[in-house]
Amino acid sequence: MTRIDDNPAGGRSAVTVRGLVKHYGETKALDGVDLDVREGTVMGVLGPNGAGKTTLVRILSTLITPDAGQALVAGYDVVRQPRQLRRVIGLTGQYASVDEKLPGWENLYLIGRLLDLSRKDARARADELLERFSLTEAARRPAGTYSGGMRRRLDLAASMIGRPAVLYLDEPTTGLDPRTRNEVWDEVKAMVGDGVTVLLTTQYMEEAEQLASELTVVDRGKVIAKGGIEELKARVGGRTLRVRPVDPLQLRPLAGMLDELGITGLAATTVDTETGTLLVPILSDEQLTAVVGAVTARGITISSITTELPSLDEVFLSLTGHRAGAPQDATPADSRVEVAV
Amino acid sequence: MSSATLSPDAVKADTPIPVRAHLRHTGALIRRNLLWIRQDPESMFDAILFPVVFTLLFVYVFGGSIGQSLGGGQDRYVQYVIPGLLAMMGMNMAQGVGTGFNQDFNSGVMDRFRSLPIGRGSVLFAKIAVELMRMLFATVVLLVVALLVGYDVHSWSGLLAAVGLSAVFGSALMWVFLTLGVVMKSAQSVQAMGFLVLMPLQFGSSIFAPTASMPGWLQAFTDYNPLSALADCARGLMEGGPVAHPLWVTLIWSVGLTALMAPVAVHKFRTKS
Repeated sequence: MTRIDDNPAGGRSAVTVRGLVKHYGETKALDGVDLDVREGTVMGVLGPNGAGKTTLVRILSTLITPDAGQALVAGYDVVRQPRQLRRVIGLTGQYASVDEKLPGWENLYLIGRLLDLSRKDARARADELLERFSLTEAARRPAGTYSGGMRRRLDLAASMIGRPAVLYLDEPTTGLDPRTRNEVWDEVKAMVGDGVTVLLTTQYMEEAEQLASELTVVDRGKVIAKGGIEELKARVGGRTLRVRPVDPLQLRPLAGMLDELGITGLAATTVDTETGTLLVPILSDEQLTAVVGAVTARGITISSITTELPSLDEVFLSLTGHRAGAPQDATPADSRVEVAV
Repeated sequence: MSSATLSPDAVKADTPIPVRAHLRHTGALIRRNLLWIRQDPESMFDAILFPVVFTLLFVYVFGGSIGQSLGGGQDRYVQYVIPGLLAMMGMNMAQGVGTGFNQDFNSGVMDRFRSLPIGRGSVLFAKIAVELMRMLFATVVLLVVALLVGYDVHSWSGLLAAVGLSAVFGSALMWVFLTLGVVMKSAQSVQAMGFLVLMPLQFGSSIFAPTASMPGWLQAFTDYNPLSALADCARGLMEGGPVAHPLWVTLIWSVGLTALMAPVAVHKFRTKS
């Protein structure tokens, strides 16, 4: 028997999942998932479309029941104690789940009442959260007239009404423009600052890096990697530095020189002739500086130099050897295959 | 996969929701559904148009000739058809409940409700309560139009009883449409389904015309059509005539439909993924 607080990662578990299985006919949405989220931390669940992220969130919020396995949230069993469990969670879905016909204030008041707040408390909580999420001016307008960002903020506010111990954010910024996405990130960071435990699902490495302290990578219903963000980043080769010399003939000599210096990360430097750039995997800012130093020392003129985080695809490639969601034996067609291995 | 068993902090059965909390939740959801109407007054159009259009259409288009066969004129038909229209008011409002419910599911707001610690029935009860309010509103409109086209109220108490019966039968049907609303994919298909089922039931009944002149096979159908019993009962209550038999038939259908479909609706609602 494993006690709930016997968490291998240390600290009390807010979410504990063991051997969770959910099948839809032939499709294994979840195929034996284990997960531990420590109290007060943000766990990022990273995976492509169809990896089982949303199924996991739906089970943990009691919307569907698992076929096998067990899950505890704040000590409550998702199957045996759904009502108690619902009292301690907040859910922000992939599609902003607010009532579009109701004004923002009414949306929050309704949920307050459904969470057994008195009329007075529900009113006060609605006012307070609208203020906090900068929606006071739009309080009386139907949520259907809100912009995408405002709707997500209202959705976040709605999930905070009951002061949940655990908050699920299911792809909170999918479909948002970059500016709005940053807004939502700031709100989430503020909420984490208040001590709420967050389970975040995302398709974006960047989002996971911004918000999560730990990461679980899932693919086709299985956990394929877990660990701290930095640890996983190191495993997938950290960032990629993209250097473009003015003269394409300089590409190969430059690559050879950097390899000789041995300052690159885990993977070898690659030449992308199509775009005339050199891809250099790096693990640290020191390595970035060293590369720039070496380029300058050789007197090579460069037209651009950028750093890129590994894309989800690259993370998957390096962790599994295949592309996200693709069969194991598929040969990746991309010319940058070698980059992250 | 780990084989370890987890032990919840408190291994005890889930706590039931107190009745007062149920009422509070249902009340909050009724308020929500009423706000929908305020936000979108057009959704009341059917409740106004249906009684007006049906009354005028039947009284002025068919009223003269059917009235003659009843041994009178148009005014004779008014006394015949108004109780029938009143009886089917609950049913017509029931049709709309599935459509609205289906829209809720497609918008994702239902996920939020289902992730809250409320009884799953509250959402359904609130929906039915608001539809019954719409039905009462439509009934008032019908009565105003009925008085304008010359309906003579013989018994106010009978009229109230008929409204009550219509509401009882209507709410029983709402469970059917709620189930359709949960099960079917789009609001349009719910609407089409409702129309396809109710249309032959309405016209193959004694609501609009006496069944005596119908061919034998159709009479066999109308005799067993619960809507005939409903209309006959309303007519008996409002105009005088036999009440007991159609009343029993209507009540048995109402109770039967509710007993059968309410658990199905709640179950489908609970397990919808």
